[in-house]
Amino acid sequence: MKKLLLGAFAATTALTPIAASAETEVQFWHAFTGRLGELVAAQVEAFNASQSDYTVVQSHKGNYSETLNAGIAAFRAQEQPHILMVFEVGTATMMSAEGAIKPVYEVMAESGAAFDPDAYIGSVKGYYTTTEGEMLSLPFNSSTPVLWVNRDAFEAAGVDPDMDLSTWENVGTALDALKAGGEDCPLVTAWQSWIHLENLSAYHDTPFATQDNGFAGLDTELALNGPVQVAHLSAMGKWAEEGKFIYTGRRNEGGANFRAGECALFTESSAGYAGIKAEAEFDFEVRPLPYWAAVTDSPQNTIIGGASLWVMEGHEAEEYKGVGEFLSFLSSSDVQAQWHQDTGYLPITTEAGDATRAAGFYDANPGTDIAVIQMTAKEPTANSKGLRLGSFDQIRGIIDEELEGIWSGDKTAQEAMDSAKERGDALLRRFESANR
Amino acid sequence: MEKRVTFRGWLLPLALIAPQVIISAVFFFYPAGQAIWQSLFIPDPFGLSAQFVGLGNFEYLLSDPFYRASFLTTAIFSILVTLCSMIPALFLAVIADRLIKGSGLYRTLLIWPYAVAPAVAGVLWLFMFNTRVGVISWYLGQLGYDWNHVLNGTEAMGLVVVASAWGRISYNFLFFFAALQAVPRSVIEAAAIDGAHFWRRFFTIVLPLITPTAFFLLVVNIVYAFFETFGVIHTITSGGPQQSTTILVYKVFADGFVGQDLGSSAAQSVILLFVVGLLTVVQFKFIEKRVHY
Repeated sequence: MKKLLLGAFAATTALTPIAASAETEVQFWHAFTGRLGELVAAQVEAFNASQSDYTVVQSHKGNYSETLNAGIAAFRAQEQPHILMVFEVGTATMMSAEGAIKPVYEVMAESGAAFDPDAYIGSVKGYYTTTEGEMLSLPFNSSTPVLWVNRDAFEAAGVDPDMDLSTWENVGTALDALKAGGEDCPLVTAWQSWIHLENLSAYHDTPFATQDNGFAGLDTELALNGPVQVAHLSAMGKWAEEGKFIYTGRRNEGGANFRAGECALFTESSAGYAGIKAEAEFDFEVRPLPYWAAVTDSPQNTIIGGASLWVMEGHEAEEYKGVGEFLSFLSSSDVQAQWHQDTGYLPITTEAGDATRAAGFYDANPGTDIAVIQMTAKEPTANSKGLRLGSFDQIRGIIDEELEGIWSGDKTAQEAMDSAKERGDALLRRFESANR
Repeated sequence: MEKRVTFRGWLLPLALIAPQVIISAVFFFYPAGQAIWQSLFIPDPFGLSAQFVGLGNFEYLLSDPFYRASFLTTAIFSILVTLCSMIPALFLAVIADRLIKGSGLYRTLLIWPYAVAPAVAGVLWLFMFNTRVGVISWYLGQLGYDWNHVLNGTEAMGLVVVASAWGRISYNFLFFFAALQAVPRSVIEAAAIDGAHFWRRFFTIVLPLITPTAFFLLVVNIVYAFFETFGVIHTITSGGPQQSTTILVYKVFADGFVGQDLGSSAAQSVILLFVVGLLTVVQFKFIEKRVHY
């Protein structure tokens, strides 16, 4: 018996090195748990099964911030993965880390894997592309804010759920009617800075920051205290004071209120779809994000949130070949269409969107294409390509603090945004000097 | 009269204190030195380059009115946490001291909260006071009080203080209880025979006799409030609303580990080191004089 065990042990130890040398290993660190984690694991498994030269090993490293920190710490210890998932606000940090990252366009060119930068949706790709058009990281999960409507709550308050909600002016009228009809929570939001400042600015083709929102240089300054932003936040502040806009927190706490049927309107990412569909026991509907008719007749595109995949420097050429193959696999039409339909995230290629439409998914799930249309209706401008600001995570923290000042009535919108600009600019100057 | 043991030579005493010295050097002096060194630079997150800025990080911090304001927030928070964890603990210890039966069980139960990690304690309290589904906020709503720590800074401060102090009550209770047990019964009985009622005995005899313990706990609790509470703040308020619960140590964490601004974070920990050092000196210089050993 003992001999048999020993023999088996010897056989397995002898076999493993052979298996490992046959397949090159590629490490992939991501920030997804739960359903999304399962879907990522399934993508990786499908890739591993599709060929026999490379093995991608996926591991979960915590939330977005924690994953980025894990990647940075690993790089300092020279234990970095090949592929690291970084959320969109970390983009400027990664871009400035020359010597730590290997741009995706370079990886693809060297690996010879199929790669056509023009296949990607402009407003998705733009966030992660240099002004020269070179793609630095591969867009992975991208979403954009939309307006979620609880139709039952409208009915209960005696308001027509089919009313036009395309402008904030109309939403204002709806909020008045909802409140008058006895609704306690007419409007709630998630990710306030992303939706009510960053996207608001892009949607109205107004700069959020100078230097093309930071794309053109590190010497950028915030411009979020302009008239468009201040007018919007003043209106929101007034709604907050009158109990028509309910503030629930800095992240997506409001989702719980909306999914439980307690609120009538909810501004949230299009990727909220999976959760709302699973939990909502009421008739809901997706509408495009409203715009101010006083500012524009036809809004620009909204911008994305989510994460992209960065390739880290310091590995073997053979391994980068595997990275290239894997990234090419992820961008393929079938994989993307499936991901888009499963999660509510945007398809990153035009082809994947078309395939989804052809399969009849949008007809079966009305409203799921609104995010795609909203993002792609117009060619992005310098104001709506995205944001590239250093220390952006901290700047969002500052914006959150200042917005809370508006919601509680302690500050006017102008005071709050002037202060946010002053504080945010100080951080941008620090980032500039750290990355000169 | 005094009997002292002296060593002949240096080798043995050095060898005997070496472990302590080495541990202090590796785990305390080296990291503290690193923090001071790093506070002079603005490094990029990946450690690829660092710019020497001298005292630039300190200048940047101290010229920021929001950073200066967080000193006051920290002072209020620390005083409240210390008071809220020591006074109830003393009260509970006095009661437990008078118990004749069942004090073992009572003691054991009171120690339990200490086993709960600060971040977990934060989540527990957050659930109870959640503005939407919290049990306590629901009862407050029934009484006509609209609890909203998400926008009300005073309520947010109250909540993080309670969540931070709660677990410490156990720790303080243990020390107070031990101190009370050590008060000589004969003195108390003598006072009782002289007609001093309970509270008089407590304030004139017991309290002065347990001041060494109280002083020790004061120092330990202030250090706790300064350094170990960021988990509670992180889970409950993330420093908000606005900056009403942004204490110094939370800012060190947020700037360093969320914002990747390691230079500023290092400078902040040096400032914090200095503040706590100063505070401890003050405590030993002035308050300790009133302690009777």
